Amino acid sequence: MATEILMPALSPTMEEGTLAKWLVKEGDTVQSGDIMAEIETDKATMEFEAVDEGVIGKILIAEGTADVKVNTAIAILVEEGEDVPAASAATTQVPQPAAAVAEAAPAGGSLANSGNTAPLAPVKATPPWPEGTKTKKQTVREALRDAMAEEMRGDGDVFLMGEEVGEYQGAYKISQGLLDEFGSKRVIDTPITEHGFAGIGVGAAFGGLRPIVEFMTFNFAMQAIDQIINSAAKTLYMSGGQMGCPIVFRGPNGAAARVGAQHSQDYAAWYAHIPGLKVVMPYSASDAKGLLKSAIRDPNPVIFLENEILYGRSFDVPLIDDYTVPFGKARVWREGTDVTLVSFGIGMAHTLEAADKLAEQGISAEVIDLRTLRPLDTDTVIASVQKTNRCVTVEEGFPVGSIGNHISAVLMEQAFDYLDAPVINCTGKDVPMPYAANLEKHALITSDEVVAAVKQVTYR
Amino acid sequence: MAARKTTAKPNVSADELLAYYKDMLLIRRFEEKAGQLYGMGLIGGFCHLYIGQEAVVVGLEAAAEEGDKRITSYRDHGHMLACGMEPGGVMAELTGRIGGLSKGKGGSMHMFSKEKHFYGGHGIVGAQVPLGAGLAFADKYKDNGRVTFTYFGDGAANQGQVYEAFNMAALWDLPVIFVIENNQYAMGTAQKRSTSTPELYTRGEAFGIKGEVVDGMDVLAVKAAGEKAVKHCRAGKGPYILEIKTYRYRGHSMSDPAKYRTREEVQKMREERDPIDHVRDLLLTGKHATEDDLKTIDKDIKAVVSASADFARESPEPPLEELWTDIYAEV
Repeated sequence: MATEILMPALSPTMEEGTLAKWLVKEGDTVQSGDIMAEIETDKATMEFEAVDEGVIGKILIAEGTADVKVNTAIAILVEEGEDVPAASAATTQVPQPAAAVAEAAPAGGSLANSGNTAPLAPVKATPPWPEGTKTKKQTVREALRDAMAEEMRGDGDVFLMGEEVGEYQGAYKISQGLLDEFGSKRVIDTPITEHGFAGIGVGAAFGGLRPIVEFMTFNFAMQAIDQIINSAAKTLYMSGGQMGCPIVFRGPNGAAARVGAQHSQDYAAWYAHIPGLKVVMPYSASDAKGLLKSAIRDPNPVIFLENEILYGRSFDVPLIDDYTVPFGKARVWREGTDVTLVSFGIGMAHTLEAADKLAEQGISAEVIDLRTLRPLDTDTVIASVQKTNRCVTVEEGFPVGSIGNHISAVLMEQAFDYLDAPVINCTGKDVPMPYAANLEKHALITSDEVVAAVKQVTYR
Repeated sequence: MAARKTTAKPNVSADELLAYYKDMLLIRRFEEKAGQLYGMGLIGGFCHLYIGQEAVVVGLEAAAEEGDKRITSYRDHGHMLACGMEPGGVMAELTGRIGGLSKGKGGSMHMFSKEKHFYGGHGIVGAQVPLGAGLAFADKYKDNGRVTFTYFGDGAANQGQVYEAFNMAALWDLPVIFVIENNQYAMGTAQKRSTSTPELYTRGEAFGIKGEVVDGMDVLAVKAAGEKAVKHCRAGKGPYILEIKTYRYRGHSMSDPAKYRTREEVQKMREERDPIDHVRDLLLTGKHATEDDLKTIDKDIKAVVSASADFARESPEPPLEELWTDIYAEV
């Protein structure tokens, strides 16, 4: 009986991949375990083995095809002497390339009548670079790599250390190509000893270098958090200003997909709590690049929180030499009049999606991406709330002691008279991350929850 | 305490012996004064005195060259004085005054000096060990021939991060000397109650790091061992471990009632093994100094310590603006 061979999921976050190469052709007989194709995922190029034996009846997806969605039929396997069924042969799917998120997101126009539920006309918002600047589409992953490479070219004291950053080319391919360009003196594979190498990084910073320490994920930085806080963050103060610590701790933070409680936590609020640290959590590729370059140049310890799910997303990145983004400056992604949505990192994806849904329902949301959590641009949030009189915060982390809690407190203290409704904090649920797909989905923040919160604060 | 080893002593001049005597005596008198000021309520919080251990740091400083780095734990006053940091600045930090080396914001456990290559003063047991390896990493990266002395105690020797640092220091041939100041008590826990194998100098064997045990009450033995270790590191052969057997006469901190050991044990050590008396004997029997010479030195050191205490009492408390400075370096 003919069976479809489906595009496999080869990493926790893989949604699509490139069918890099077929190693079999139509008419070939394959045994279980034979390598049939090479598939490039968001992390690496993997070999794809046959599970069943049979004859390759038809190849449905040509080699070199990018953006093939997981579970798309890529070939038909038939038994010896069997014909390829006509229906299957016709199932060839043309993959839809993943739409790049436009930096210039549509923004809702203002509502003259708050009772109006007609969809709002999209209005272009200005991207945060000069008009007429050329841009290119780039993934967050590529932007981060470019930021490191540019800074390493510019300053010989900058080096990268971490698990699998060198020969493996990065567990998430962020450091791809850096070993080749900079050599093993500056791209250093460490043993799996986070506490130790974080301490060595801090010591190297005391000694005059500018380390970039990659944690494979920030979950593992828990092993090293004493060195980050007690040694990196506090030494400038404890030394009366003598001994600074210019270091960047970076890596993916927050939930990936189906990796369970110990690998799925957002540490934004933890690090944002600490005076002496700077904390960055970018959403877009251009911010990832510009903020990482600023982080590497900063004379202070910087916690740079990336997100595995965002690594593969594409955004417009300006073609500007030495593009940097300053800390402490939030970015308004869309202007609006009915409610202020405040988010950062992957929370922005849910927030922008919610803003689109709200626009369809005639609600105009202003969307603010905090970008850095320490320093925190409360001025931009307050100015927006003075206009909209309502605020919903959106983040993936746990609810108690969240960034949203802090923003709410700031608004109560500094903009109380402008609030027409209590601020709502949309957060991840107050549970360890479950593994089951349905439970995990419920544990995470969704755009529908944001929409519901906005309706609550706008009394609709 | 291991029996005193009669290893070959380095040739040492009268001037050098006198310098060690002065340096050790300065630490002793300084710490005694700090203890007094603590009793008077002028020093707060934790205050860990180095009395009894003076030969360790003075011996190793004698083996160091300009530019070599040092980093240690919270029992750090001796290390700072030995590398030439101002006694007044150290004492004023203990009293929490603006004239202190950290402007009163660090305290007894947290002082630093870029000029003297002293990298603290760390309060979390064992945390300074990876930091010290990191300083050595920076020196190797810059290929500047410097060596880092990373001090920690027998208590810290049981921390996991110490072995993470050993592994990477050996893997990458970092020029770091791991100095285990074994004063035999991790706070109040005797070594035999905390440590499965007492030979701490062998703790690097699993990583291929050479180690040796040294009599820490004999400044010349410490210096000789230090020179050997420095030579090893400077030759690019990677890290070296020195387990230096020493003894602290005072409690772990000022608030330690010291019920975990007998008065007699401490008394015996003071009478038979005092590192300062040892050098004093060498000076007198070798006729390098007279009783009168030593009295003069004593008097001079008392004056230095007394001046540091005066400065520490007179220097004003930091102005309130200092609360909000030095949190971030200017971009």
